[in-house]
Amino acid sequence: MITKEKLFEIREKIKPSLVENLLEGDRVEFRGEDLVLKGEYYKKQVRIALKNCDIIDPTNIDEYIAFDGYFALLKALTELEPGDVVDEITESLLRGRGGAGFPTGRKWNEAYKYQADKKYIICNADEGDPGAFMDRSILEKDPHSVLEGMALGGYAIGSDQGYIYVRAEYPMAVKRLQIAIDQAREYGLLGKNIFGTGFNFDIELRLGSGAFVCGEGTALMESIEGRRGMPRPKIHRTAHKGLWGKPTIINNVETLANVPVIMNKGAKWFRGIGTEESPGTKVFALVGKVENAGLVEVPMGMTLREIVFDIGGGAQDGKEYKAVQTGGPSGGCIPAELIDTPVDFESLGKIWSIMGSGGMVVMDENTCMVDIAKFFLDFSVEESCGKCVPCREGTKRMYEILDRITKGEGVEGDIERLEELSETVSSTSLCGLGQTAPNPVITTIKYYRHEYEAHIKKKSCPAKSCKALIKYEITEGCIGCTRCAKVCPVVAITGKVKEMHHIDQSICIKCGACYDVCPVDAISII
Amino acid sequence: MEFKFDMEENKEQIQAFREFLDSKKDTPGPLMPSLQRAQDVFGYLPKEMLEVISRKLSIPMAEIYGVATFYSQFSFIPTGRNKISVCLGTACYVKGAQSILEEIETQLGIKSGETTKDEIFSIASARCVGDCSIAPVILVNEDVYAKVKKDDIKEILSKYN
Repeated sequence: MITKEKLFEIREKIKPSLVENLLEGDRVEFRGEDLVLKGEYYKKQVRIALKNCDIIDPTNIDEYIAFDGYFALLKALTELEPGDVVDEITESLLRGRGGAGFPTGRKWNEAYKYQADKKYIICNADEGDPGAFMDRSILEKDPHSVLEGMALGGYAIGSDQGYIYVRAEYPMAVKRLQIAIDQAREYGLLGKNIFGTGFNFDIELRLGSGAFVCGEGTALMESIEGRRGMPRPKIHRTAHKGLWGKPTIINNVETLANVPVIMNKGAKWFRGIGTEESPGTKVFALVGKVENAGLVEVPMGMTLREIVFDIGGGAQDGKEYKAVQTGGPSGGCIPAELIDTPVDFESLGKIWSIMGSGGMVVMDENTCMVDIAKFFLDFSVEESCGKCVPCREGTKRMYEILDRITKGEGVEGDIERLEELSETVSSTSLCGLGQTAPNPVITTIKYYRHEYEAHIKKKSCPAKSCKALIKYEITEGCIGCTRCAKVCPVVAITGKVKEMHHIDQSICIKCGACYDVCPVDAISII
Repeated sequence: MEFKFDMEENKEQIQAFREFLDSKKDTPGPLMPSLQRAQDVFGYLPKEMLEVISRKLSIPMAEIYGVATFYSQFSFIPTGRNKISVCLGTACYVKGAQSILEEIETQLGIKSGETTKDEIFSIASARCVGDCSIAPVILVNEDVYAKVKKDDIKEILSKYN
């Protein structure tokens, strides 16, 4: 079992050569006292949750210790009372990074005050939003930060058992977590009598099996208990009656990764980053049609423009930037004109979107907003657990309307019907999935009503994306190279060599193969 | 499709699975890990094994069936030797993942969620595998293919035939 002295010894022994090797590799540089990744992409970033990612070897606990790993746990166990840890986190104003932004300290305090013979702490690693992979990166690249965060949480609320509920779609994360847990147990950083202080804490991995709704706290607990992952009515607070009826704290991966750093550097330091109401940083998965896709961690309050353009390099291939979608199926589309909105919990709420877990999907001029709304509704229909009728049936009806609109079969009144259904579904569903499922529809109608109207009234898709509403035509620029005719899977293109070709619209299936292959861009979509 | 679970051929795995169930009996909430193990070892959930779970863990078949049907990762038919997952997450979707899926379906002559007759391939659509920066992505077993184009499909599939 590791002692206080041994922990110091590992750090002193490993750190110098590790830093030297890293600097030699030329991927990192010093920023103040911290080692950070080098390059233009990282200049504007402030990495707290990702501080070790791509720097240390995640399968080597010594490297985590070298960068002050498990020192926060040591300090808490040897110098602080559980109440002090709760106070420090409360003071830091750390808010849940899973999406809702509930203050972590307040959550912990509820469980801390509640007397029980058994308490649980759960790490919600069921990251399911399409377009988001923040948590996956932390789990794979710095798993010990999550374990340490959980142990601190366990000490704070008086729990000796933690669970990590991780989705089965992340096999590498599961592997790395298991390695990390085994190493921590071997060092005695998990298990009985940690640092000889009498504090016991262990962690067990539990896997999801492909149900998005299990990211919802009560559904997650149902799943761990071995039932269908359906949300419970919230008669009791989870902090009082959660897993197996015992006080339970559920924290997101990124939230937990912040905890050790806050305990090391202090709540005051943390509040110096970000905004007054949302201190700290947030990790975003900047993806979609953006030049530099990847993970970014920035101080709260940074504007969308800085994230999408200064870090992300704007839309791909010189196309026009159209919108950014945040918050996954629960979030909304933010149009180009609102690009100067600061990104924090409050500001995004004001423009009808949400922070969500951190997915940030960039869309360009060729993305149809009705189709995007349909995509998210399809997701919600598929993932609705079926417990609440408005969510189960309402999302399905909304999907059908959107499907009709994208096929050119929309009718007058469809937009109003969508709005009415949105209202019903969001106000009468039990859990967050149903309550927020209409958001993508609400925001796209709010900001892109004209696109809906074009589909319904003019039977046209302004983004030229909906198959049923476009046609491919060969224009005069055609040089008769015959490549389009060769590639057409249904032989709809005819024409002689070196003469202009023609597409038979009655045969064309609008696959776009000819459009992709034309060397002179003579095929246009109308 | 027709299939039969071969008890004789799977004898050793069944024995190991029974031992696994014995070790889980006293841990709280053993059902999910047991189903996951069965899916892992046998490639799907054979009815015969669900009955074993039911007896060992004293959970009624109806309840097991209810849980197993809820989660999309459990299958009641054998899956192919090679599992193709086409990511349909947002980033992949905006980059044309739907047409990639359709292309694979056409080439294999099966729909998503089905297994080819020779049990070589099965297709599933996946909800975001978390590789959005290299979208569109498909997975064959654990191999990740990045920035896939329709033209690449034939070559990718041929590697697993």
